[in-house]
Amino acid sequence: MARNEIKYLTAMKQEKPRKKFCRFQKYGIKYVDYKDVEFLKKFINEQGKMLPRRLSGNSLKYQRKVSDAVKKARQMALLPYVTDLLK
Amino acid sequence: MNNYELMVIFTPVLSDEEFKNAQKKFSSFITDHAGEIVASNPWGLKSLAYPVQKKTTGIYWILEYKSASDLNEKLKIQLLRDEQVMRHMMTKLDKNAVEYNHVKRNGGFPKHDKTEA
Repeated sequence: MARNEIKYLTAMKQEKPRKKFCRFQKYGIKYVDYKDVEFLKKFINEQGKMLPRRLSGNSLKYQRKVSDAVKKARQMALLPYVTDLLK
Repeated sequence: MNNYELMVIFTPVLSDEEFKNAQKKFSSFITDHAGEIVASNPWGLKSLAYPVQKKTTGIYWILEYKSASDLNEKLKIQLLRDEQVMRHMMTKLDKNAVEYNHVKRNGGFPKHDKTEA
Protein backbone atom coordinates (compact mmCIF):
# COMPACT_ATOMS: atom_id res chain seq x y z
CA MET A 1 0.00 0.00 0.00
CA ALA A 2 2.99 2.27 0.58
CA ARG A 3 4.14 1.13 -2.87
CA ASN A 4 3.92 4.49 -4.59
CA GLU A 5 5.12 6.54 -1.69
CA ILE A 6 8.87 5.99 -1.72
CA LYS A 7 10.86 7.39 1.13
CA TYR A 8 14.47 8.29 0.53
CA LEU A 9 16.93 7.86 3.34
CA THR A 10 18.97 10.84 2.15
CA ALA A 11 17.38 13.97 0.59
CA MET A 12 17.15 14.01 -3.20
CA LYS A 13 20.24 15.85 -4.47
CA GLN A 14 18.90 18.77 -6.56
CA GLU A 15 20.76 19.59 -9.73
CA LYS A 16 23.63 21.95 -8.76
CA PRO A 17 22.62 25.54 -9.72
CA ARG A 18 24.67 26.87 -12.66
CA LYS A 19 27.70 28.95 -11.67
CA LYS A 20 26.51 32.56 -11.88
CA PHE A 21 28.78 35.01 -13.67
CA CYS A 22 28.70 38.72 -14.35
CA ARG A 23 27.57 38.98 -17.95
CA PHE A 24 29.04 42.48 -18.26
CA GLN A 25 32.57 41.32 -17.60
CA LYS A 26 32.14 38.12 -19.58
CA TYR A 27 30.75 39.74 -22.75
CA GLY A 28 32.61 43.01 -22.27
CA ILE A 29 29.53 45.24 -22.11
CA LYS A 30 30.67 48.62 -20.87
CA TYR A 31 27.50 50.72 -20.91
CA VAL A 32 23.98 49.86 -19.80
CA ASP A 33 21.62 51.79 -22.03
CA TYR A 34 18.46 52.94 -20.28
CA LYS A 35 16.61 52.94 -23.62
CA ASP A 36 17.22 49.23 -24.24
CA VAL A 37 14.10 47.98 -22.44
CA GLU A 38 14.40 44.37 -23.53
CA PHE A 39 17.84 44.10 -21.99
CA LEU A 40 16.76 45.80 -18.77
CA LYS A 41 13.84 43.42 -18.41
CA LYS A 42 16.34 40.66 -17.67
CA PHE A 43 17.15 42.46 -14.41
CA ILE A 44 13.66 43.07 -13.06
CA ASN A 45 11.08 40.58 -11.81
CA GLU A 46 7.39 40.29 -12.69
CA GLN A 47 6.37 43.09 -10.33
CA GLY A 48 8.86 45.38 -12.04
CA LYS A 49 11.21 45.36 -9.08
CA MET A 50 14.98 45.14 -9.57
CA LEU A 51 16.63 41.77 -8.97
CA PRO A 52 19.26 41.67 -6.22
CA ARG A 53 22.86 40.88 -7.11
CA ARG A 54 22.66 37.34 -5.74
CA LEU A 55 19.98 36.55 -8.31
CA SER A 56 21.23 38.56 -11.26
CA GLY A 57 24.82 37.55 -10.62
CA ASN A 58 26.15 41.00 -11.53
CA SER A 59 29.29 42.46 -10.04
CA LEU A 60 28.83 45.50 -7.82
CA LYS A 61 30.04 48.01 -10.38
CA TYR A 62 27.65 46.87 -13.09
CA GLN A 63 24.75 46.28 -10.72
CA ARG A 64 24.91 49.98 -9.90
CA LYS A 65 24.93 50.87 -13.59
CA VAL A 66 21.93 48.62 -14.15
CA SER A 67 20.05 50.20 -11.26
CA ASP A 68 20.76 53.69 -12.61
CA ALA A 69 19.54 52.65 -16.04
CA VAL A 70 16.39 51.04 -14.64
CA LYS A 71 15.60 54.14 -12.62
CA LYS A 72 16.07 56.34 -15.67
CA ALA A 73 13.87 54.06 -17.75
CA ARG A 74 11.20 54.21 -15.06
CA GLN A 75 11.42 57.97 -15.00
CA MET A 76 10.86 58.15 -18.74
CA ALA A 77 7.90 55.73 -18.59
CA LEU A 78 9.78 53.04 -20.49
CA LEU A 79 9.51 50.70 -17.52
CA PRO A 80 6.65 50.69 -15.00
CA TYR A 81 7.39 51.41 -11.35
CA VAL A 82 5.12 48.62 -10.20
CA THR A 83 3.01 46.22 -12.19
CA ASP A 84 1.94 42.61 -12.22
CA LEU A 85 2.89 39.99 -14.80
CA LEU A 86 5.22 42.35 -16.56
CA LYS A 87 6.86 39.74 -18.82
CA MET B 1 32.33 70.27 -24.89
CA ASN B 2 30.62 67.41 -23.10
CA ASN B 3 28.34 64.86 -24.70
CA TYR B 4 24.73 64.90 -23.60
CA GLU B 5 21.62 63.00 -24.52
CA LEU B 6 18.18 64.57 -24.29
CA MET B 7 15.04 62.44 -24.27
CA VAL B 8 11.73 64.23 -24.60
CA ILE B 9 8.15 62.94 -24.40
CA PHE B 10 5.67 65.14 -26.27
CA THR B 11 1.92 65.04 -25.83
CA PRO B 12 0.36 62.50 -28.23
CA VAL B 13 -2.05 65.07 -29.72
CA LEU B 14 0.84 66.57 -31.65
CA SER B 15 0.47 66.27 -35.44
CA ASP B 16 3.42 65.28 -37.57
CA GLU B 17 4.63 68.68 -38.66
CA GLU B 18 4.08 70.11 -35.18
CA PHE B 19 6.35 67.33 -33.96
CA LYS B 20 8.89 68.25 -36.65
CA ASN B 21 9.05 71.92 -35.89
CA ALA B 22 9.17 71.18 -32.14
CA GLN B 23 12.29 69.13 -32.87
CA LYS B 24 13.61 71.93 -35.08
CA LYS B 25 12.94 74.47 -32.35
CA PHE B 26 15.04 72.65 -29.76
CA SER B 27 17.79 71.60 -32.16
CA SER B 28 18.15 75.17 -33.43
CA PHE B 29 18.18 76.37 -29.82
CA ILE B 30 21.19 74.16 -29.20
CA THR B 31 23.03 75.14 -32.35
CA ASP B 32 22.40 78.83 -31.66
CA HIS B 33 24.13 78.48 -28.30
CA ALA B 34 27.34 76.97 -29.69
CA GLY B 35 26.14 73.42 -29.31
CA GLU B 36 26.50 70.71 -31.90
CA ILE B 37 23.92 68.09 -32.79
CA VAL B 38 25.36 64.59 -33.06
CA ALA B 39 22.21 62.63 -33.80
CA SER B 40 18.45 63.03 -33.64
CA ASN B 41 16.32 59.92 -33.31
CA PRO B 42 12.55 60.42 -33.17
CA TRP B 43 10.84 57.24 -31.95
CA GLY B 44 7.36 58.63 -32.63
CA LEU B 45 4.18 57.53 -30.89
CA LYS B 46 4.77 54.95 -28.16
CA SER B 47 2.58 53.70 -25.33
CA LEU B 48 3.83 54.70 -21.88
CA ALA B 49 4.40 52.17 -19.12
CA TYR B 50 2.16 54.20 -16.80
CA PRO B 51 -0.14 57.17 -17.47
CA VAL B 52 1.67 60.51 -17.47
CA GLN B 53 -0.55 63.60 -17.09
CA LYS B 54 -3.60 61.36 -17.65
CA LYS B 55 -2.26 60.28 -21.07
CA THR B 56 -1.20 56.73 -21.82
CA THR B 57 0.74 57.39 -25.02
CA GLY B 58 3.45 59.88 -25.89
CA ILE B 59 5.76 60.86 -28.72
CA TYR B 60 9.37 60.07 -27.89
CA TRP B 61 12.34 61.94 -29.28
CA ILE B 62 16.01 61.41 -28.49
CA LEU B 63 18.66 63.96 -29.31
CA GLU B 64 22.36 63.45 -28.79
CA TYR B 65 24.41 66.62 -28.76
CA LYS B 66 27.70 68.14 -27.70
CA SER B 67 27.64 71.39 -25.80
CA ALA B 68 29.17 73.45 -23.08
CA SER B 69 27.97 72.63 -19.62
CA ASP B 70 26.05 75.85 -19.06
CA LEU B 71 23.74 75.33 -22.04
CA ASN B 72 21.67 72.66 -20.28
CA GLU B 73 20.25 75.11 -17.77
CA LYS B 74 18.92 77.35 -20.55
CA LEU B 75 17.61 74.35 -22.47
CA LYS B 76 15.80 73.11 -19.38
CA ILE B 77 13.98 76.42 -19.01
CA GLN B 78 12.84 76.18 -22.60
CA LEU B 79 11.63 72.61 -22.08
CA LEU B 80 9.75 73.46 -18.89
CA ARG B 81 8.11 76.44 -20.51
CA ASP B 82 6.89 74.47 -23.52
CA GLU B 83 3.55 72.84 -22.67
CA GLN B 84 3.79 70.35 -25.55
CA VAL B 85 6.59 68.65 -23.62
CA MET B 86 5.24 66.19 -21.06
CA ARG B 87 8.54 65.00 -19.68
CA HIS B 88 12.21 65.38 -20.54
CA MET B 89 15.49 64.01 -19.29
CA MET B 90 19.08 65.00 -19.99
CA THR B 91 21.87 62.54 -19.34
CA LYS B 92 25.60 63.12 -19.53
CA LEU B 93 27.30 60.55 -21.71
CA ASP B 94 30.71 59.17 -20.72
CA LYS B 95 33.06 57.72 -23.28
CA ASN B 96 31.57 54.23 -23.04
CA ALA B 97 28.11 55.64 -23.67
CA VAL B 98 29.25 57.68 -26.66
CA GLU B 99 31.00 54.65 -28.12
CA TYR B 100 27.90 52.53 -27.46
CA ASN B 101 25.62 55.00 -29.23
CA HIS B 102 28.07 55.28 -32.10
CA VAL B 103 28.21 51.52 -32.61
CA LYS B 104 24.46 51.21 -32.17
CA ARG B 105 23.82 53.79 -34.88
CA ASN B 106 25.97 52.37 -37.60
CA GLY B 107 25.29 48.70 -37.78
CA GLY B 108 24.75 47.72 -34.18
CA PHE B 109 26.71 45.03 -32.43
CA PRO B 110 28.31 42.31 -34.58
CA LYS B 111 27.01 39.38 -32.56
CA HIS B 112 24.12 39.67 -30.17
CA ASP B 113 26.35 39.82 -27.13
CA LYS B 114 23.50 40.36 -24.66
CA THR B 115 22.76 36.66 -24.50
CA GLU B 116 21.26 34.92 -21.54
CA ALA B 117 23.27 34.71 -18.35
